[in-house]
Amino acid sequence: MKELVYDQLKETIYTETLDNGLKVFLLTKPDMVKTFGIFATDYGSIDQKFTPIGKDETVAVPEGIAHFLEHKLFEKEDRDVFQDFTKQGASANAFTSFTKTAYLFSATSNIEKNVETLLNFVQNPYFSDQSVEKEKGIIAQEIKMYDDQPDWRAFFGTIQSLFHEHPVRVDIAGTVDSIDEITKEDLYTCYETFYHPSNMTLFIAGNFDPEEMMKQVKDNQNAKEFADAPSIHRSYPEEPENVAKAFEKIEMPVTTSKCMIGLKEKVSGLSGREILRAELLSSMILSHYFSKSGEFYEELYENDLIDDSFHYETDLDRQFGFTILGGDSRNPDELAKRVKEMLHQLKERQISQEDFERMKKKKIGQFLRAMNSMEFIANQFSHYHLLGIDLFEVLPEIEALTIENANDFLKNWINEDRIAVFQVVPPQAS
Amino acid sequence: MMKITKEKMLEKQGYRLHILPSKKYKTINIVAKFKSELKKEWMTKRALLPMVLQKATQDHPSPRQLQSALENLYGTILSSDGTKKGENHVISFRMEVANEAYLNDRTPLLEEALRLFHDVLFNPKSENNAFDEKIFNREKQTLEQKITSIKDDKMSYANMRLIDHMCKDEPYSYHVHGYPEELEKLTAADLYEYYQSFINHDLLDVYITGDVEEDEAERLIDKYFTRENASNQVLDEKKTNTQPIDDSKEIIEEDELNQGKLHLGFRTHTTFGDEDYYALQIFNGLFGGFPSSKLFMNVREKHSLAYYAASRFESHKGLLLVFSGIAPDVYDQAKSIILEQVEAMRNGEFTEEEVEQTKELVVNQLLETMDSAQGLIEILYHQVLSGHMVEAEELIENIRQVTMQEVVDMANKIELDTIYFLTSNEGGEK
Repeated sequence: MKELVYDQLKETIYTETLDNGLKVFLLTKPDMVKTFGIFATDYGSIDQKFTPIGKDETVAVPEGIAHFLEHKLFEKEDRDVFQDFTKQGASANAFTSFTKTAYLFSATSNIEKNVETLLNFVQNPYFSDQSVEKEKGIIAQEIKMYDDQPDWRAFFGTIQSLFHEHPVRVDIAGTVDSIDEITKEDLYTCYETFYHPSNMTLFIAGNFDPEEMMKQVKDNQNAKEFADAPSIHRSYPEEPENVAKAFEKIEMPVTTSKCMIGLKEKVSGLSGREILRAELLSSMILSHYFSKSGEFYEELYENDLIDDSFHYETDLDRQFGFTILGGDSRNPDELAKRVKEMLHQLKERQISQEDFERMKKKKIGQFLRAMNSMEFIANQFSHYHLLGIDLFEVLPEIEALTIENANDFLKNWINEDRIAVFQVVPPQAS
Repeated sequence: MMKITKEKMLEKQGYRLHILPSKKYKTINIVAKFKSELKKEWMTKRALLPMVLQKATQDHPSPRQLQSALENLYGTILSSDGTKKGENHVISFRMEVANEAYLNDRTPLLEEALRLFHDVLFNPKSENNAFDEKIFNREKQTLEQKITSIKDDKMSYANMRLIDHMCKDEPYSYHVHGYPEELEKLTAADLYEYYQSFINHDLLDVYITGDVEEDEAERLIDKYFTRENASNQVLDEKKTNTQPIDDSKEIIEEDELNQGKLHLGFRTHTTFGDEDYYALQIFNGLFGGFPSSKLFMNVREKHSLAYYAASRFESHKGLLLVFSGIAPDVYDQAKSIILEQVEAMRNGEFTEEEVEQTKELVVNQLLETMDSAQGLIEILYHQVLSGHMVEAEELIENIRQVTMQEVVDMANKIELDTIYFLTSNEGGEK
């Protein structure tokens, strides 16, 4: 077991990669009452084409299957795993993202038992034809719930406009039709390929003894048999650099239009550290110009083009990257035009030393705030780990950024071919 | 053994100060809570006021300048909101500032942040007894948009409509964002006049939590918080309406949507501070509060009718609300299943073991909430609102002492008031 000490943050991480390949991280938080555990696999909605373990040919699985599998792991032959956690005073949950499926619990008692339950339920699948059929009705309602949410439609619509081929453009939950095709056999194929311990990480944060916890996890894993660690062959389509659709508009019964401006980010060939730097710089720059203290925000707000719903986010991964800005607008066309102009202007901008110091301070404060949350630490640590980034090195990384880094980034960031506009508007009178 | 935060409460000039030293966080949270009674003619003003106050002060006269000042303090966050709590209205201002201990910098961050917090509350930008015209008008527009766009979020909209019908003749039905007709008439001088009354007459509680020295926190808050003109009044606790229900109502409304929203409102006749409040918590846990509850297990897992089906209760008004998203054509079936679960609770169709497990879940939830700074403050403020102070240990003890019979009694005490269904205007599933 390795001990990583981070002086400035006053945190220590204990880590070990077990014989079966499982990566374990333990963060002790003696002042907290709660313990939070997350067991995650490097498998998400974009992993739709791959060579199944033990096979030679690539298969394509139905859209939404990673998320479907996440739902189904909770159901066992004789019980629902939620009940197991309930009996142990814990609450459990799970989520599926583009690149990850994660199972989590939080508890203030019975920590050892809850860790056992987490490891065991994820590593003992039980899928039957009947339970697969039953889940289709539930997930269909989940999909329909999202269909009625204009913010979700705007977000996903933007991603679909940005990407031609890449499966990031496929809704994480799939469609009512695509999930209807899912069979028990498909679930086993995906499970066996992607839920091997060597493709997974376990992160536990809370109030416990790290030595004992590590021993418990090891004993649990050593008692189970796994095939040799496979190397997973995933297949992704070629994705052009430009956007799929520069402009798209859908109608929905909304009271106020929504307008999103999406940027397709270049990530191919970037190392983990480069991805982190790009993520830090783009969020700092967006925040400098487009947060409530920013000159662009002020202009858009005073001209009544945006309101409090205006937001921005950057998501960079190994496979894809995007930045999205936007929100409600009374004049979505004008907002799209102005934001595009502003983005293009960035090339000509030079950030001053004083502004840059403020940008860094803001980012540091934001990071410390996030570090109050064990959920954030556990989620983000596992996410970054897959990218080869150490979450606890983010603070020194921010402090080391220079104004030259920022100005260089600005010069090369924006390109017209990589911008897409997506609007959700009320039904137009015909 | 658990460590539960110690609260030090002090009577100050015009407010109560609550100091909660804690080593759990890397930031310091300061919350100011202003309480008044719930009056219809105040709703619009109380919705708009925090929005305007948060925008500019005499020293930082534009939104951008104020935000920049906050950012200079390592991205200090300032936010505000207004909520209904039983027969009261509460406006909260929250500030979160990085703890100096984690920074390579020796700025007196907390003091600077408190100075800004003070200015936002006590020195807003104003002239001739009116708020700044430009800021006022812009915020007015934002609020107007907020009011109209409630309809875009179907879950909140259905919840609002349920309360409209259910509490028709009670202050609790007043809309928290106010009313467009009143907003239109409101001037910058009217709002300033209301502000004077608010700042002098609302009952104020100030909380500070984080890794701070008690004496130092008190000294700093003393320095920046004084309400010389304030009548440090203690409002009489208005007992909320607990009339028995004669007849339950069933209301169906139509909208353009894919998923119907089925919401049910019950009267619990129990509020925070009542002896059977703890039994209500356990009742809710067994009935609809967790994924192991009857609603989730039956509406979702057994019949695949919904993705979510849950219940929650309002501690100060004595309401229990059930909410679920279903296909429009399964209304009757879903409604019967939900009502069957109420009957099952009344007939005591649950085990002693389930009661014990639910107690642990409720305790777990409470302890987890107290691990977060904002959560802890909310729990403690509940007690201020109800005028009923209970130590955390005692809360937990009381939860653990609830008996099966008390839960059955609670199930028989709650009364169905209103069934509300927001359904598709196309008369069925598309």
